[in-house]
Amino acid sequence: MTQPAPRLPLASEAATLALGAALAKGALPGRVLFLSGDLGAGKTTLVRGFLRALGWTGRVKSPTYALVELYALSGLNLYHFDFYRFKDREEWVSSGFREHFNPESLCIVEWPEMAEGLLSPPDLHVTLEISEPGRRASFLAHSHAGREWRSAALASLLRS
Amino acid sequence: MLILGVESSCDETGLALYDSDAGLLAHALHSQVAMHQEYGGVVPELASRDHIRRVIPLAREVLAQAGRELNALDAVAFTEGPGLAGALLVGAAFAKSLAFALGVPAVGIHHLEGHLLSPLLSKRPPAFPFVALLVSGGHTQLMRVTGVGNYELLGETQDDAAGEAFDKTAKLLGLDYPGGPAVSKLAESGRPGRFKLPRPMIGSNDLEFSFSGLKTAVMLLARSQPGDAATHADIARAFQDAVVDVLVAKCMSALQRTSLERLVVAGGVGANRQLRAGLDAAAARQGFEVFYPELELCTDNGAMIAFAAALRWKGGLPKPDTTFSVRPRWELSLAG
Repeated sequence: MTQPAPRLPLASEAATLALGAALAKGALPGRVLFLSGDLGAGKTTLVRGFLRALGWTGRVKSPTYALVELYALSGLNLYHFDFYRFKDREEWVSSGFREHFNPESLCIVEWPEMAEGLLSPPDLHVTLEISEPGRRASFLAHSHAGREWRSAALASLLRS
Repeated sequence: MLILGVESSCDETGLALYDSDAGLLAHALHSQVAMHQEYGGVVPELASRDHIRRVIPLAREVLAQAGRELNALDAVAFTEGPGLAGALLVGAAFAKSLAFALGVPAVGIHHLEGHLLSPLLSKRPPAFPFVALLVSGGHTQLMRVTGVGNYELLGETQDDAAGEAFDKTAKLLGLDYPGGPAVSKLAESGRPGRFKLPRPMIGSNDLEFSFSGLKTAVMLLARSQPGDAATHADIARAFQDAVVDVLVAKCMSALQRTSLERLVVAGGVGANRQLRAGLDAAAARQGFEVFYPELELCTDNGAMIAFAAALRWKGGLPKPDTTFSVRPRWELSLAG
């Protein structure tokens, strides 16, 4: 069962990065995070905060062109997908990306809408909306792990 | 030495035949082949990254164009990386199988090496050493190139590539994605100076780039303005002015820092007219020379792969072997 989505105001880019870092507390293999939001809403920025918190010091490039970027972290393969360039949701099938959604990998997906109906529900689905001058995040959990993930992230943000 | 080049790192499937004596004999991209004829039906959109369907018809196409037979090949060159693993594997498997059948070597080439050597295929080739700007939908980086196989990364984008910013700006202005060329066309009718957008990292005192914030600035500007055609053209102009200013400033800085005198520009955004005009003007003022590949070789293509292989293996080809790999992530500086 899903629960109503809590909303969180994000006043600045720093707040989006901090949300990414808070979500990284739940970075466990096998988990799946969806990220929705318009162009410029801060999805890749959130992933940058997530990866920085896990100790990744290299570049965090937009995966739009390459469709996926792999980050080999200690004890975890993190796949950062971006389906923005899919012209047809069937491209999800022909891409062969399904094999990366396995118990050993953590998958973050931007633009999951482009493969709507073909993807299994994620543990947690974060939506970023533009709410000038900042952004607003909402959180929809689809599994027990997702509810834990969301609670831990929001608690961590409250503490900081 | 006759080499078949195979490029399949991302969206384009490109094949080409290069002869080290006679030069480029033929090259073809997937869009140039009548796929309908080959397959007796419409190729569905979902096959847009389906290199498997394209690679053999394109190979036949370039052989026919050049009037050569398969058994005349001395080697097959393929893009080994970086790129999308599945896409790279198609080109690698095709190249290795064909080479095995012919008893010739198949050699893997770095995609970006292909791009940055491509201006050497033009009528006015640059001499080494030079600074190379690789600027496309997937890459924005500056390299110091002292010879074939000698590449040093000077700086690159921290987030979005310049071409990606063009494509996303197109979407924000109501054009189709990818719409980089459409943004450039729109910018030509835009008034300079009506809007001012940030020049990210222009004063960063290094050779790094960032274009994600510029995309966001375009989004916020477009939301705050009426959506009429003239306003969109003015926004496109402001965007293109910002990108060109940053690229020109970083290129000039790279030339000054390296004490080199020649700049080579490769990749799809290198076809942008305002960028070329900006680079040419700045270079002329400071006494530098700028070199570009032929327009048709700015985007991904097989010619640059065959050509890079010919330069790399000038002194003699390696022995054929049947093992192969692809490298989806591969730093160019490690390809030397």
